[in-house]
Amino acid sequence: MTVKALDIQALRAQFPILDQQVNGKPLVYLDNGATTQKPVAVLDALDHYYRSVNSNVHRGAHHLSDLATGQFEGARQTVADFLNASREEILWTKGTTESINIVAHCIGRERLQPGDEVLISTSEHHANIVPWQQACLATGATLKVIPLRDDCSLDLDAFETLLNEKTKIFAIGHASNALGTLNPVKDMVARAKAQGAITVIDGAQAVAHFPVDVQDLEVDFYAFSGHKLFGPTGIGVLYGRRELLEAMPPYQTGGEMIETVSFEKSTWNQLPYKFEAGTPNIAGAIGLAAAINWFNQQDRPALQAHEDALLARVTEQAEACQGLKIIGTAANKVSVLSFLLEGAHPADVGMLLDKQGVAVRTGHHCTMPLMDSLGIPGTVRASFSIYNTLDEVDRLFEALEKVKTFL
Amino acid sequence: MFDIRSINLGKDITAEDIAEDLEFLDDWEERYRYIIDLGKQLPALPDELKTEDRFVRGCQSQVWLETDYDSDADTLYMAVDSDALIVKGLAAIVLSALNRRTPQAIHDYDMDAFFDRIDLLSHLSPTRGNGLRAMVARIKHQAETLAA
Repeated sequence: MTVKALDIQALRAQFPILDQQVNGKPLVYLDNGATTQKPVAVLDALDHYYRSVNSNVHRGAHHLSDLATGQFEGARQTVADFLNASREEILWTKGTTESINIVAHCIGRERLQPGDEVLISTSEHHANIVPWQQACLATGATLKVIPLRDDCSLDLDAFETLLNEKTKIFAIGHASNALGTLNPVKDMVARAKAQGAITVIDGAQAVAHFPVDVQDLEVDFYAFSGHKLFGPTGIGVLYGRRELLEAMPPYQTGGEMIETVSFEKSTWNQLPYKFEAGTPNIAGAIGLAAAINWFNQQDRPALQAHEDALLARVTEQAEACQGLKIIGTAANKVSVLSFLLEGAHPADVGMLLDKQGVAVRTGHHCTMPLMDSLGIPGTVRASFSIYNTLDEVDRLFEALEKVKTFL
Repeated sequence: MFDIRSINLGKDITAEDIAEDLEFLDDWEERYRYIIDLGKQLPALPDELKTEDRFVRGCQSQVWLETDYDSDADTLYMAVDSDALIVKGLAAIVLSALNRRTPQAIHDYDMDAFFDRIDLLSHLSPTRGNGLRAMVARIKHQAETLAA
């Protein structure tokens, strides 16, 4: 099924990096789960910021600082609108990893007690495992893990059993980076909250694929990275519910995050600045807002339908491909194909695809416990975005046929 | 029966041979088929030798390295294995340059220059995470210790 409203070539033209040859072949970029490419609107915003606006925010008594502050805080409002939150609840971070670390430090380590439990799932990215594991080690709490069913979706019966009044924190990926599985987070968050748990969603693999509304999800914390949403690297977001952010101690201390300082004591600035010590990533925030504004101007339903079509095509071809085993066959997925070729190491497949201009990721995808649970060393992952074409799906499988001749 | 001293890379197949072969292969397919074939000439390391201390961790693929120093002949013998075909082939190329040589010669060898010459330097780059760079570093370190 093709979506008539979508002019894919016009869309691709806005991503200059896509128009190049790699190893003598037109680039087929299927590593969008690792990072997405940037539209001209974002490149221009970054360029304009450094050429014409660059100045420190919140403190200058001059024109440029006013301009920079206005754009920086405007960017925060853009993100707040994007998630349906208020601007005081939007913290700038380096990315999803730092966002989750803030919650793990300022809520996890502060509140967890021996006997408490933190509940996560088998398919989490290391960024949503290690901060909780370390918070548990520091406090004597226990990390509990939801297992997977055969299709790599979460075992929701096990979730019900594992969730109890000792569950103080429930942290879950919205979509799995390694497999693409879409988790029923709204329902799970509601159940965890009913048990009194603080709820955290790792949205790194979600925001570029479908709309996210933190009010609708009723989640306490939502984390994502700018660079997986067509924005720059080094900028991310932590949404936190106001009452929780108010109650949390600061994550880092220093300039910007204080209200008053003496050598004996300091008092903290109001939200969101309490969590933003030091000069922030101003250009990153402005670039991310440009990415979101650009994304909002697109026909989002048409883009989603296009991604659904990509997933359908890639799944259909994968099922027909001799010797290919799909890893992760859940009914609800984002546009990701994780797979193994019989008798082939994922690293070999990745290198031989690269030689044909096809960029994928291979390995454990920062999900070692997941790979251990599946009994495999890793997979090959083709992760799609809005600008990929159905022809590129075909290019992937043509290239895979060639790979097979090497094995 | 696994015998590390019977591995002929560095003896019957030298780095010079490989460089000359690769010069004639200009299309990527031929080059990579050649590299994979080189790897297949390396005997598999027996499982009992695939121990933690012989393990060279890579982010994506793994390498095991076994060495055996003959002090009378001042010669270092080596064997490698990998779970990935291309990495094993590249490891065979490393052995063609370093196997059966003196610790001093191994220490002095410029592996980056050789991989640059055969246009495979990107495989030795730190970003590849294939364990190959760490393997070369481990061999060099051992040679340095022996030569000291």
